[in-house]
Amino acid sequence: MQATIVQAVNDALHGEMERDDRVVVFGEDVAESGGVFRATDDLLEEFGNKRVVDTPLSEIAIVGGAAGMAMYGYRPVAEIQFSGFLPPAFDQLVTNASRIRWRTRGELSAPMVVRMPYGAGVRALEHHSESLEGAYGHIPGLKVVIPSTPADTKGLLTAAIRDPDPVLFMEPKRIYRSIRAEVPEGEHEVPIGEAAVRREGEDVTVVAWGSMMPPTLEAVDEGDIDAEVIDLRTISPMDTETIVESVKKTGRCVVVHEGPRTLGVGSEIVARINDEALMYLESPVERVTGFDTPVPLLSMEDFYFPHPPRVLDGIEAALAE
Amino acid sequence: MSDRASDIRVSPATGDDGGGEVRYLSQADLEVPTHQIVAPDGSYDDEAIPDLDDEELLDLYRWMVTDRVFSRRMVNIQRRGELGTFGSTRGQEASIIGSAFTLTPDDWLYVGRAWTPMFMRGASMEDMILFWRGIEEGQEAFAKVNAQIAISIGSHLPLVSGIAWGMHLDDADAIATAYLGDGATSTGAAHEGINLASSVGLPALFYCQNNQYAISMPYEKQSGANTIAQKALAYGIDAIRVDGQDVLAVYDAVSSAREKVLQGEPVFVESVTYRLDAHTTSDDPTRYRADEEVDHWESHDPIERYREFLKSEGLWAEIDHDAIVDEIETEFDEALAAANAMEERAVAEMFEYVYDELPPELVRQLDEFEDLLERRPEMYDFIEQRPKG
Ligand SMILES: Cc1ncc(C[n+]2csc(CCOP(=O)(O)OP(=O)(O)O)c2C)c(N)n1
Repeated sequence: MQATIVQAVNDALHGEMERDDRVVVFGEDVAESGGVFRATDDLLEEFGNKRVVDTPLSEIAIVGGAAGMAMYGYRPVAEIQFSGFLPPAFDQLVTNASRIRWRTRGELSAPMVVRMPYGAGVRALEHHSESLEGAYGHIPGLKVVIPSTPADTKGLLTAAIRDPDPVLFMEPKRIYRSIRAEVPEGEHEVPIGEAAVRREGEDVTVVAWGSMMPPTLEAVDEGDIDAEVIDLRTISPMDTETIVESVKKTGRCVVVHEGPRTLGVGSEIVARINDEALMYLESPVERVTGFDTPVPLLSMEDFYFPHPPRVLDGIEAALAE
Repeated sequence: MSDRASDIRVSPATGDDGGGEVRYLSQADLEVPTHQIVAPDGSYDDEAIPDLDDEELLDLYRWMVTDRVFSRRMVNIQRRGELGTFGSTRGQEASIIGSAFTLTPDDWLYVGRAWTPMFMRGASMEDMILFWRGIEEGQEAFAKVNAQIAISIGSHLPLVSGIAWGMHLDDADAIATAYLGDGATSTGAAHEGINLASSVGLPALFYCQNNQYAISMPYEKQSGANTIAQKALAYGIDAIRVDGQDVLAVYDAVSSAREKVLQGEPVFVESVTYRLDAHTTSDDPTRYRADEEVDHWESHDPIERYREFLKSEGLWAEIDHDAIVDEIETEFDEALAAANAMEERAVAEMFEYVYDELPPELVRQLDEFEDLLERRPEMYDFIEQRPKG
């Protein structure tokens, strides 16, 4: 089946709700109107208003409520309308969801998924455009997953719903509908915690994820570069091995991400390469990232995130030395 | 407020009226009246009319029409691709104008859905167009008239309580006002903000426009509370519920609330109104509400109701409605032209104002970026700078 990312989200939800009647979907505007991006379209009609629920405008209650419901034995999949509205519920992630297993020595856990569209480029208002995966990746006990293709979206979301731990599922909304690709019908699970090698190459390793995959692939094509392109797919826990093995082969690396540079996920990747493959490096690892500024409002947001020429510039810098 | 603490301390020993029976305090025990002056059919009680002179009564009308025309023009230019998104206020004119008319320029104003109050305190339509085009200078202009727009719903209530706290410390002759929607009353921030104002005794006014929907969520599902006004009791503050389609009742209720707030007693106002248009230009309301319901509210148009009042008072003759609309259209045209004339901005603006002084790492990022733009002009193929929407 050909599908977009947002359709793949819908497909995964359909599949898992059918398979497991403990799966409950809730959030602002998800039921009656099918979600502001229509990711939960038709679920209400199919599964009824006990399993597909419009919640009050309460991010704290949505995330904390999901944790409680999960402790009790359900499999909540909560939607946060835009990632910029997760911060009020940050406390529930840090204080409860991510720590329940640890706190009770495994007696209780919070197998829940929080889905949310993230990233700039859709001309939205303030707080709708941030890429804060670095901040969420910093929470022990929480898994952070970011797909970049329709097939992965279905597979990873399916895995997230089945996962015994809380998963934050960040959906690249800029490419929600711009990519249409083959998505496997029926059961399809992609393991959390494994990066994908999108393209094999010898000269340089480029690591990216989510909304940064299309500009990264475009840059590699544009520059006709023999790059090994890795789609990280999971921010936490991170697949160090795939990156390190690739860097050992290519000797060079560029990390591309949309979020701010300082204390970003790229910094961690550089550190892991230093730990495990420093002697293989032929040049310093380059970072091509968003800036340490708020994402500008829509009139200037295009300046913010890395476009192909900027990515290519980073790759050429890594290749230059 | 004064004897509250002692009440709490003695209460465990004075539970003397139960007689062995468990008694619940329920919503049914509470009657929450809705303040109204002009009835939907245009009739009213002369005695109840607030103390406003003719010029002020006519101003209320002009501002309501401004609100309506502005929303219509903004929706239109959005459809032409000249704005990102826009939230119309059609149907809420009485609720917005009646309340904002009570505020002074020293009062702070933090809104959710209400744009014309910014014009009433001196911001321009151009500033508002810039705001909805996602140009930072919009909020800068509002800040100059002690006003702001909150995009993260409910996030502004603690902030408003903090502003009111400053006013309290200063013995200022002004209040801080938060406009919010019914949805916002479900956020944690709103609860904490109102509770702070109540516990410290701050000059904060919480003005909730219950326009019945938070995007697709009708108020009945937003909360089990029959009214939003009744929630104020749990915070220990007073509340008023007002017919938000009746501009005079809104003015009356909010000016009375403002008097109380000036004394350091926060007040919550629930204004019952209706959002006639979509939540924003990206929303499709036919998915969640019936045409009959919208038609019902179309027939409770706040501007028409007020027009009936003006006629009864013999003031309608003073109004040339078409001329007012023309004037506002012209103002809008000029504002749009001015907004369109805005120069392209420099990349540096992205970095400016993040801190008072740009830290070295940000200086480095900016330098690198400017250098990149120079070396690789093909960057501009991917960058659309869009002040014109
Ligand atoms: C904290 C937060 N969550 C979600 C959103 C997305 N959102 C924007 S407006 C809105 C509904 C707001 O409803 P209400 O408070 O009743 O105000 P209204 O727009 O109806 O005036 C939602 C859910 C947001 N802006 N902020």
